[in-house]
Amino acid sequence: MTETPPLLRLSGLRKEFPSSRGPVVALEDITLSIARGSIHGIVGRSGAGKSTLIRCLTGLERPTAGTVDLDGTDIPALTGDELRAVRRRFGMVFQHANLLDSRSAADNIALPLEIAGWSAGERRARVAELLDLVGLTDRADNHPGQLSGGQQQRVGIARALATRPDILLCDEPTSALDAATTRQILGLLRDLRERLGITVVIITHEPSVVREVCDTVTLLADGTVVETGAISDVVADATGQLHRDLVPLPPLPLEHDGGYVEVALGDARSGTTSVDAVLALLREGGVPAEVAAATLETIGGRRVGRIQLEVDPTRTQEAVRLLQAAHLSPEVAA
Amino acid sequence: MIALTTLAAEGRWFDNPIIQQAVPTAIWETLAMTVVAGILTALLGIPLGVLLFTTSPGGTAPSAFLNRAVGAVVNIGRSLPFLILMISIIPFTRLVVGTSIGWQAAVVPLTVGAIPFYARLVETSLREVSAGKVEAVTMMGASRGEITRKVLLPEARSGLVAGLTTTVIALIGYTAMAGAVGGGGLGAVAMSYGYNRFESDVMIVCVVLLVVIVTIVQVIGDLVARRLDRR
Repeated sequence: MTETPPLLRLSGLRKEFPSSRGPVVALEDITLSIARGSIHGIVGRSGAGKSTLIRCLTGLERPTAGTVDLDGTDIPALTGDELRAVRRRFGMVFQHANLLDSRSAADNIALPLEIAGWSAGERRARVAELLDLVGLTDRADNHPGQLSGGQQQRVGIARALATRPDILLCDEPTSALDAATTRQILGLLRDLRERLGITVVIITHEPSVVREVCDTVTLLADGTVVETGAISDVVADATGQLHRDLVPLPPLPLEHDGGYVEVALGDARSGTTSVDAVLALLREGGVPAEVAAATLETIGGRRVGRIQLEVDPTRTQEAVRLLQAAHLSPEVAA
Repeated sequence: MIALTTLAAEGRWFDNPIIQQAVPTAIWETLAMTVVAGILTALLGIPLGVLLFTTSPGGTAPSAFLNRAVGAVVNIGRSLPFLILMISIIPFTRLVVGTSIGWQAAVVPLTVGAIPFYARLVETSLREVSAGKVEAVTMMGASRGEITRKVLLPEARSGLVAGLTTTVIALIGYTAMAGAVGGGGLGAVAMSYGYNRFESDVMIVCVVLLVVIVTIVQVIGDLVARRLDRR
């Protein structure tokens, strides 16, 4: 996937907003690339700069410095008609669908086509095709108020796809949906990528969304890129924040005496994914341990996990040394 | 009250030639003034309201200068008492209609007075259209004109109708005032017969008719606004 040149490449992107106490830096030196046909996740807490990043991508906001290169076009350099034309290469999906209540589902999907100047006949054919693609043919004449949240989001996705964009840009597409509907929408996005070969960028604060559909991921914090890369690589880095976010463990009991050690499994250093092997290692080293909590899953085709071990609180350091000697990445949980 | 009891005692209650002769014409004049001024107000008030909204800081074409300039004109128009407005624009009325009396002449000050009022209501309705919808359509590469025609006005249509209902009802009130100074209509009849000549039955008939007209407008306006609201 990395052999072809990336479809979207951001380099050195910086965005400041003026304020009464001098400029506030919202984004700083953002450099990342997104491959054609991939599903890329951009994660971060609220305030990390995700929304500003999207607005810079689509030219709604002009970056203070840096470039946004879409297939050879530098977006921040565009104005007027050129900017409006390049926006059609992005299909945008929003958290709250943002459908027009004054239009039926079919007419909402037809709106970008009207704006792009398609004839009525072309529009009708394309809308029928899109309704079928998202499985809402029988809801064509319903208004948004008559549709469920998941159905509204499907209409939003169909609308975003209408003008055959290069990139489907999804801003928190599932954050307003329940778990089952979230899975359906994520399944639809994955399915669309397979069928249309479209590149998908998902902005989200939910690690589960990344785990479920993304090929590559970027973690933003305080306006900077903390980690970026293929999901199978970032989960293999036991020291990284994304590893912890994507392979989560439950919090420790509120009152404890300190005898907890966490170990990553299947990471780049050790490679082992066997809980038994880890327990045996400690037992043979004379520090018996019990599993207090564990997460084991396959992410991006890689089996990874994280276990929380409970040992004798006075021998925590001993356990850590034993695990380190076996090329594992233990840490004392606190 | 003396006149009323006398009328009642003599059995001539409502048996007044004015009611048969002047009132039907007056109803027609009031309706004509209201409808013509209402249509003109909608045609001119909506663009002015759009201008107020789009040039505002959160609008699609922010312009502090234009916004302040238009806002100032609108505020002056709204704060001028209607009676004063009507008298002060008589030369303009003559220029447009050719006369300054009769219901046709009253339409001019009525419209001029109602436009700024409705423009503010239009602005408020447009402000209620969620920014997310505007952003979504901006992302489709829509121009400002398309955003106004395809998003702002259709999404706000229920509010625009509700605002127009309020404006038309205010207009009906103004027609009565216009009637007092030569504008014709139910206001003129109520004033010259009911008030000046103490023919209280004429007064009552005029007021009841005005209440009926206002009620009908409100009911129709509510009905249309509700039908247009698809949320």
